[in-house]
Amino acid sequence: MEAVKFENVNFSYREDGRDLALRGVNLSIEEGQFVAVLGRNGSGKSTLAKLVNVLLTPLSGKVTVFGMDTSDEKMTFEIRKNAGMVFQNPDNQTVASIVEDDVAFGPENIGVPREEIGKRIEFALDAVGMQEFRQSTPTRLSGGQKQRVAIAGVLAIMPKIMILDESTAMLDPKGRREVMDVIKKLNKERGMTVILITHFMDEALQADRAVVMHRGEIVMDGAPEEIFARSDELEMYNLTLPRAAYICKVLQEAGMPVGNAFTAEELAEGICGSLRKD
Amino acid sequence: MINDVTFGQYYPAKSFVHNMDPRAKIVFVIAYIVAVFLAKNFFGLAAVTLFLIFIVFLARVPFGSVLRSVKMILFLIIFSAILNLFFYSSNDELHMLWQWKFIRISWEAIINMIFISLRLFLLVMGTSVLMLTTMPVALTDGIESLLTPLKWIRFPVHELALIMSIALRFIPTLTDETNRIIAAQKARGADFETGGLIKRAKAMIPVLVPLLVSAFRRAQDLGDAMEARCYSGAKGRTKYKKLVFTWRDLLGLLVLGGLITGVVFLNIYFGGKFDIINYFL
Amino acid sequence: MRIVAKGLTYTYSAKSPFASRALNGVDLTVEEGEFFGIIGHTGSGKSTFVQHLNALIRLTDGSLKVGEYDLADKKCNFVELRSKVGMVFQYPEYQLFAETVEKDVAFGLKNFRKEMKQEERDAAVKEAIETVGLDYARVKDKSPFELSGGQKRRAAIAGVIVTKPEILILDEPAAGLDPLGKKELMELLHSIHGGWCKTIVIVSHDMDEIAENCTRAAVFSEGKVVMEGPPAQLFRHTEELLSLGLDVPVTAKCALLLKERGIELETDFTCDDFAHKVLALWKAEGGIQNDQ
Repeated sequence: MEAVKFENVNFSYREDGRDLALRGVNLSIEEGQFVAVLGRNGSGKSTLAKLVNVLLTPLSGKVTVFGMDTSDEKMTFEIRKNAGMVFQNPDNQTVASIVEDDVAFGPENIGVPREEIGKRIEFALDAVGMQEFRQSTPTRLSGGQKQRVAIAGVLAIMPKIMILDESTAMLDPKGRREVMDVIKKLNKERGMTVILITHFMDEALQADRAVVMHRGEIVMDGAPEEIFARSDELEMYNLTLPRAAYICKVLQEAGMPVGNAFTAEELAEGICGSLRKD
Repeated sequence: MINDVTFGQYYPAKSFVHNMDPRAKIVFVIAYIVAVFLAKNFFGLAAVTLFLIFIVFLARVPFGSVLRSVKMILFLIIFSAILNLFFYSSNDELHMLWQWKFIRISWEAIINMIFISLRLFLLVMGTSVLMLTTMPVALTDGIESLLTPLKWIRFPVHELALIMSIALRFIPTLTDETNRIIAAQKARGADFETGGLIKRAKAMIPVLVPLLVSAFRRAQDLGDAMEARCYSGAKGRTKYKKLVFTWRDLLGLLVLGGLITGVVFLNIYFGGKFDIINYFL
Repeated sequence: MRIVAKGLTYTYSAKSPFASRALNGVDLTVEEGEFFGIIGHTGSGKSTFVQHLNALIRLTDGSLKVGEYDLADKKCNFVELRSKVGMVFQYPEYQLFAETVEKDVAFGLKNFRKEMKQEERDAAVKEAIETVGLDYARVKDKSPFELSGGQKRRAAIAGVIVTKPEILILDEPAAGLDPLGKKELMELLHSIHGGWCKTIVIVSHDMDEIAENCTRAAVFSEGKVVMEGPPAQLFRHTEELLSLGLDVPVTAKCALLLKERGIELETDFTCDDFAHKVLALWKAEGGIQNDQ
């Protein structure tokens, strides 16, 4: 089933509807897919995310989440239950001073009974590996841990879609790894539909599909490997190749017969292969 | 960097007092304050003091940290002591100790000064035991729960509690941010330490403006995050945290009832605070 | 100006139940003219260390000299020191405050060079704004809050370099920028390095950034310097870095994998050099003929 569908969506932050932040966006995401959205700052990535979660509604066109129209106010609550969202700044999304209280916030809002909330906190903190911090204070945690708590807070609502709006941008490499591991696990083991908005090309490589946005339009869409193979096009949209892919491209241009590589492992494999050492 | 208001003055320890229900503790402190005000003579205050020492002992917090709370309002106590000493007046005849022009010091004034100062000390120390043994979060929960009956008169108890809880949550974040902005402006040569009042106030602008901008940005972000997590007011909301009133709390309140009764008894038996003058003069 | 730290130790909230030791005997020397990198994960003490360099955190234990300034000396002129050691904090755009970009950038000058004439000051502000790559005529009268994210960061940096500090310290200068923004920022730093700005110290999590830009780098862990040296040497200790929970450049990771297969590569770990060295190996094996 289609988890998210954009049909010819336009959006503007201005009252008069000019300066479109999104222009004619068509996008369909299947349930269980892991989609990375790339693009420069201001290319419309965050706008796209907010339209799914009904923090924004389209100027024209239609956004549907599991068939529910986001423009229908009666559906807002139901859509948000299905499409959870984690934001960029780890400090600005927790409401409570104790981790478990914060995770409880979502279930409390949708009226889950008390005993059930306890179980959900258990489940959500388990899923992000933060069980031992249940009684801790979020301000005392590392950036990666804070974001994992934020993910748990969303998970406790039991959504089918998880949107991450540059949620790794403010983290250190360790924090980014922690968050990426959790997201991949959710996608693989629970079939969670993931929409990951990011600047980091190596994160996009871990997705099933990458979408590139430029000036409010979707300009590229395909498997990450396929996208990164079109390096000239990427450059046009001011995106850089993952470093391994860049090196690979230099080697290929010099005539060395290495296959396309996007990670250090693939690159090493390719180089070994063409040096015929083993 | 770590300037944590989440814990307030909280002193982590495992004790009978730490484990009490925050609601019981709030009621307890209110009753304690009543006892302090009920006492009419030094014997009553002595009883309260002994009781306080017992509680501090029971709470396993260092006595020094209780005294430290007094330091903050020491100025206030001294100020009120001086006023009481020089300007005490009464309809009854006073036992004069010293008089020079319009300044008069009487035995009654001295006793009154000591009495009032003691009373203030006891008040501050008593409430500081509450702060030392209860996390601000638990206090907020306690206040919310105690205010619940006010929902009947449409008082926004839930909203108030949420505001308190979010404020608590963001105080450390904003404190960190303030320190960071101060450091950044200092690095650009800002001087917060010298000059008169007006110059110093002006020097704070480069700190306050970014802080305000950031607070608005955070509020906006938090609003989005709360909405995304299905927040839509108190309606249809459940509550996870439940406070439990145990035998400890009952015992505590019984003991306090005993204290109040004792103080009233001492009042009747020993009379008012000035009676001791008769022993000495 | 040379930076020499010996036995630098610092504890936050000392003498309280929440005391936490941030620095634990840091010995480090940064020579004049370096583009120095500081690596380490959050909580390793690197931010605490750099804030000592211009006395934002006062020295409590150990010794620290920056040029002729001895920070252990109570009579040390800290204000003068700060005018010579510029500090760009993480997300510096959050310190913008004035009504216009021009006034914001001028803030440091007004504080440090009170005697400066208006025309001189205006010229210096103009130069700083142009140095960071903003269009002076277009932005000078704008509110800094109207600028885009990347422009705000540039304006904030202009506000620090306006006094032409001899040492410029930047804490995660590229954090949160998109790839192109990162690249442009590094180019900006190289353009000022070597002129009036003799030494640059950057704190970074991005190992590729360190490999590609720094002359030397130090690795902080648990309040100490555990490794230091030029990237070309430092990143040969890939396994050690990984065991500290740190990343290594993609090139280092790849070089390690190649080494495991018996292919040794002498590289400085920049992408271009790496590719170059691989190609050299390949050509040495007669790769070109092979391809024909």
